[in-house]
Amino acid sequence: MASSGSGYDLSSSTFSPDGRIFQIEYASKAVENAGTALGLRCRDGIVLAVEKPLQHKMLVSKTTGRRIHTVDEHAGVAITGFVSDGRQIVGRARDEASNYFETYGTKIPAEVLANRISAYVHYFTLHGALRPFGATTLVAAYDPATKEHSLHMVEPSGVSYEYYGCAAGRGRQPARTEMEKLSINPKHQQGGGGDMELIDVQEGVKQLAKIVYTLYDASKDKPFELEMSWLCEATEWKHVGVPREFISAATEWAKKEIEEAEEEDDDDEEMEE
Amino acid sequence: MSYNAAMIPRQNPLDDAYAGKSAETRHLKPGELSTGTTIMAISFSSGVVLCADSRVSTGSYVANRASDKISQLHDHIWCCRSGSAADTQALTDYVRHYLAQLAVETGRPPEVKVAAHLMRRLCYENKDHLMAGVIVGGWDPVSGGSVYNIPLGGACISMPFAIGGSGSTYIYGLVDSEFKENMTRDEALALCKKAVSHAMARDGSSGGIIRTCVVTEEGNVKGYISGNTLPYGPAGW
Repeated sequence: MASSGSGYDLSSSTFSPDGRIFQIEYASKAVENAGTALGLRCRDGIVLAVEKPLQHKMLVSKTTGRRIHTVDEHAGVAITGFVSDGRQIVGRARDEASNYFETYGTKIPAEVLANRISAYVHYFTLHGALRPFGATTLVAAYDPATKEHSLHMVEPSGVSYEYYGCAAGRGRQPARTEMEKLSINPKHQQGGGGDMELIDVQEGVKQLAKIVYTLYDASKDKPFELEMSWLCEATEWKHVGVPREFISAATEWAKKEIEEAEEEDDDDEEMEE
Repeated sequence: MSYNAAMIPRQNPLDDAYAGKSAETRHLKPGELSTGTTIMAISFSSGVVLCADSRVSTGSYVANRASDKISQLHDHIWCCRSGSAADTQALTDYVRHYLAQLAVETGRPPEVKVAAHLMRRLCYENKDHLMAGVIVGGWDPVSGGSVYNIPLGGACISMPFAIGGSGSTYIYGLVDSEFKENMTRDEALALCKKAVSHAMARDGSSGGIIRTCVVTEEGNVKGYISGNTLPYGPAGW
């Protein structure tokens, strides 16, 4: 990284001469090497998925070091990067949600929750005495007032945007490319997409599992657990974990799909010869 | 050191600030203005009607005979005030401020429910220092027209209609028998005017003119009936 080591990267309160803040870029780097986190906005809800690397063979994986957390009845977040930094963000998100309800008597709207989280994350990029968060947060929320569901992503710099599909962590680029092929964006539907219906959460769970396993290379990468949650019509818009049997069914389907695709590729190659 | 009853100074009940006041006015501090009042609100199919008399008094002296006890909290949210004029004005100022801030943060019109919740929080958390009975009513895109009653202790109750103030005690029976679900705008307005004029005739602390405000999605229509053309009262007797 240019001009790193010249003293401009020691604090997030210092700009470099070309207008960058290296500490924030380093925080983003920390996320880039962590497990992939994915979020998908479907017709009838949101699906979140995180690839949780299993650091140790003796780990009780299904219950410890969770990456997906419930913030409020109708809101959940997935985190990746420094998990302990992420938990700090989860704690703040829960405080914001309960404070809002206590003050106004209605559930916190998704964009307000995302904005409050990003204001918190951003605060840690302003002071010399603080270190930016090395974690990215995907926020899935349902708004009972508007009856709409939405997906936001808050990055270590404190910016947040709303997405139809988003990804953070190691496999984010190929994951985004894969998600662009799914019919999740109503804007694209009106164009050349025909009247293909937007996918539902059941399909979303399968597609996210497929993306995660497509990116996974068993010979190079560490073993992982796939954590998944959803917030949809079928769960009465509550944020809950996807039942384990659904996840394993989706995983099996994904592995078979990938295998079949590989066989086809092999066939194609043989034909060419 | 321990205390016993003999150590508490005896107070002559006639020495207090309220000496010589009638039962209706002894809750007031000396010089405090009261909106000894009749207020009501009815929600109808597409909005709400708010209605109030206009008398402000200090004991038996009428300080203002044409006041406006219907205050705006947001574009489509209003409230009727009863109790201490100072307290209810301060409360509505706070709620108006909070709603304005919330509308900016969320980028959407606030719900009537939220206005009522804010009012109830202020009333409940400061109940020892306040004399305020408020009816919040208005229109929002989520629930349509709605009415919330926030009586003295700081409860918050969603109601199809609400009445309040000292004059309301005279018209419970009348409103109970005449109220129907899903009234039209004109039926609701007529019932408000009739009921409040009856209360004004019986209650010494209510009087003057009737002020009304009809709130719908389209906007707010304020109106009044002057004291000599009330549907019931001295002019019609």
